[in-house]
Amino acid sequence: MARKATALKATAQPNVPQFTAEQEMEAFRDMLLVRRFEEKAGQMYGMGLIGGFCHLYIGQEAVVTGITMASEKGKDAQITGYRDHGHMLVMGLDPKGVMAELTGRQGGLSKGKGGSMHMFSNEHRFYGGNGIVGAQASLGTGLAFASKYKGDNSVSITYFGDGAANQGQVYESFNMAKLWNLPVVYIIENNKYAMGTSIERAAATTDFSKRGASFDIPGEQVDGMDVRMVFDAAKRAIEWARSGKGPYILEMLTYRYRGHSMSDPAKYRTKDEVTKYRQERDPIEQVRKRLLEGGSVTEDDLKKIETDIRAVVTEAADFATNDAEPDASELWTDITIEA
Amino acid sequence: MPQILMPALSPTMEEGKLAKWLVKVGDKVSPGDVLAEIETDKATMEVESVDEGTVSEIMIEEGTEGVKVNTPIAMVLGEGEEPGEGNTPAAQASSSDPEGESAVPETAAVPVQPKSDAGAEAPKFVAQNDPDMPTDVEMVEMTVRQALNEAMAEEMRRDKDVFIIGEEVAQYQGAYKITQNLLQEFGPERVVDTPITEHGFAGLAVGAAFAGLKPIVEFMTWNFAMQAIDQIINSAAKQLYMSGGQVTAPMVFRGPNGAAARVAAQHSQDYSAWYSHVPGLTVIAPYSAADAKGLLKAAIRSPNPVVFLENEILYGSTGLVPKVDDYVLPIGKARVAREGKDVTIASFSMGMRYATQATEKLVAAGVDVELIDLRTLRPMDSDTVIESVKKTGRLVTVEEGWPQGGIGAELAMRVMEGAFDYLDAPVMRVTGKDVPMPYAANLEKLALPNVDEVIAAVNAVTYRS
Repeated sequence: MARKATALKATAQPNVPQFTAEQEMEAFRDMLLVRRFEEKAGQMYGMGLIGGFCHLYIGQEAVVTGITMASEKGKDAQITGYRDHGHMLVMGLDPKGVMAELTGRQGGLSKGKGGSMHMFSNEHRFYGGNGIVGAQASLGTGLAFASKYKGDNSVSITYFGDGAANQGQVYESFNMAKLWNLPVVYIIENNKYAMGTSIERAAATTDFSKRGASFDIPGEQVDGMDVRMVFDAAKRAIEWARSGKGPYILEMLTYRYRGHSMSDPAKYRTKDEVTKYRQERDPIEQVRKRLLEGGSVTEDDLKKIETDIRAVVTEAADFATNDAEPDASELWTDITIEA
Repeated sequence: MPQILMPALSPTMEEGKLAKWLVKVGDKVSPGDVLAEIETDKATMEVESVDEGTVSEIMIEEGTEGVKVNTPIAMVLGEGEEPGEGNTPAAQASSSDPEGESAVPETAAVPVQPKSDAGAEAPKFVAQNDPDMPTDVEMVEMTVRQALNEAMAEEMRRDKDVFIIGEEVAQYQGAYKITQNLLQEFGPERVVDTPITEHGFAGLAVGAAFAGLKPIVEFMTWNFAMQAIDQIINSAAKQLYMSGGQVTAPMVFRGPNGAAARVAAQHSQDYSAWYSHVPGLTVIAPYSAADAKGLLKAAIRSPNPVVFLENEILYGSTGLVPKVDDYVLPIGKARVAREGKDVTIASFSMGMRYATQATEKLVAAGVDVELIDLRTLRPMDSDTVIESVKKTGRLVTVEEGWPQGGIGAELAMRVMEGAFDYLDAPVMRVTGKDVPMPYAANLEKLALPNVDEVIAAVNAVTYRS
């Protein structure tokens, strides 16, 4: 039933907010960068250039794109779990640094010492890149605590998945966030599967937007495949948090096209289900269609963007392939700070 | 142009079976089309095309077993591409770069040599000495509780980013009254009562530290911090390293550790060895009031996450604390509590009480004991212990924790590494017994170390009977 509801919701959204041509182009560019980057990362994983775990964001691009467009870049903090490449790219972190971290090279964002799941940027206020499911819910609540303590008027945007939404510390965090009215927006990226377990098999109630109800935290279910809906809801939620009203929950109904990680055979869902999302709900194709129908943009204009993005991704892959591994002396650095 | 290579589909895959081709020569493929199925010992996986193109050659027949990763399995040509036009491998599917470039040059697969040898040495931590006190410094008698309270109050006055968070720290004035009067002086923004949610508020505090604050997290006891240990280790301790030195967690986790009295197994555990195991953490376990004050102030100023292990029974014990404006002690430096030449006793926290009482009796009996208080467990000042053993030739360690993998076990190993030829007897450990803490008064007494056990161990290593 939940799946059906998702699809219906997507077609029956009233009052869909409209984007300007500039907004459509920004969204198109950001989402395409994530898509092409992740495809390249998948290729490079296949070649053995990327090791360990590698969780791709393909299919979910509209979520982080719409939310970041609605946030104040450089001021609002963002934190997520291990499916983090897309967040960094859209927040403006260097694709070369991200890809070189995936290949474990010295030019990676964490000098090659973190890998796919552990990248950070104080400058962009991105706090990871966290490998323990649900831990970022508490950490993100702490970012909001610091905002309120310092009075810097920033908002913490804290992402976690439908799987993490069942973790106990999420509710400990909800409780404190509302108790102290902390400026945090919880983004539940519901891609319907926690690794191989569908939400119906893992969650007693599958409407995650209501998970804050007993703490009096408002929540909304949002079509996470439509970047305009994401943006619109995020604007509302971030404004709510920034104005001192406390936390807000946005459940993003989204979908990942690839497996949970690279080694996932994805036998827990049908090929038809994946195909249906790709063909009917793809976040990038939706924007492309609107742009072309709008008439202000031509196929050639979009092709030019594709070419530019491919060059960025190629450059990142090239750098990540040829950059040196970290010096052996790096083994012993960054463990503690010498006072 | 581009070959499709046998992809690695998991971190450990080296080869697999090409189970089935879903395309044939001449087929046009689009992104997302499944090209082939590959079987590994774990699962069957699908290889998808990434770009547009036409299958021009299939090099490995379906059903072939043991196809090594990165073996060319097929050729897919993009629009307008000719076969043999370069031979750059691109996994899974063809590249359709408009410039005709592949993202991954052939040199790619050659790992770049690191600049230095793999055998880089661990840097050696060198602690500073205790600050010299003026000879006429006034010494004030106070409890460990007062010392800890003063340390926090002074540091909160000094730095507005320091705040304390935990259960009953504010209105109740602290479950053990360590935070007494802090609420009155600093207000509820900086002295924060939490719900009983260790996992959540520890994580919240780590997040606040990422954002630049300097939290002091009080656990009502360290027993409850097991709910939060993931955040302490995975989020706080590893953060600096995982971020390549970018994001720090300057904070203190503190509270009473070890056995109190008659509170049974779940409330009577010593976590010294647990936390001392973890790189990225600093672990401090003071015994005296002066050390409690000077080291807690140092911990709050430390840029690293510090686990500060107190002891409920010691809260009420008194000691002399120098009356100076800013009494800060060096982290990582042991204190020689008594110099001697016959035997070394090394201990920390509550163990020092047994060790001190045993030392008094042993000295009275003519044994010249050198008594060392480790004070910090990570970084551990084993140099001081090794130098002492070079003089005495004998070592007894005393701790309340369990024996296996304990602080005593670690010290014995380090002394073997650093002073093996100086040892005149095997190192002996006095520890808590290897059992969960019992409730019954007689059994609890048996489970804890005691003065007689320390004396017996010293007698054994000095071959006195």
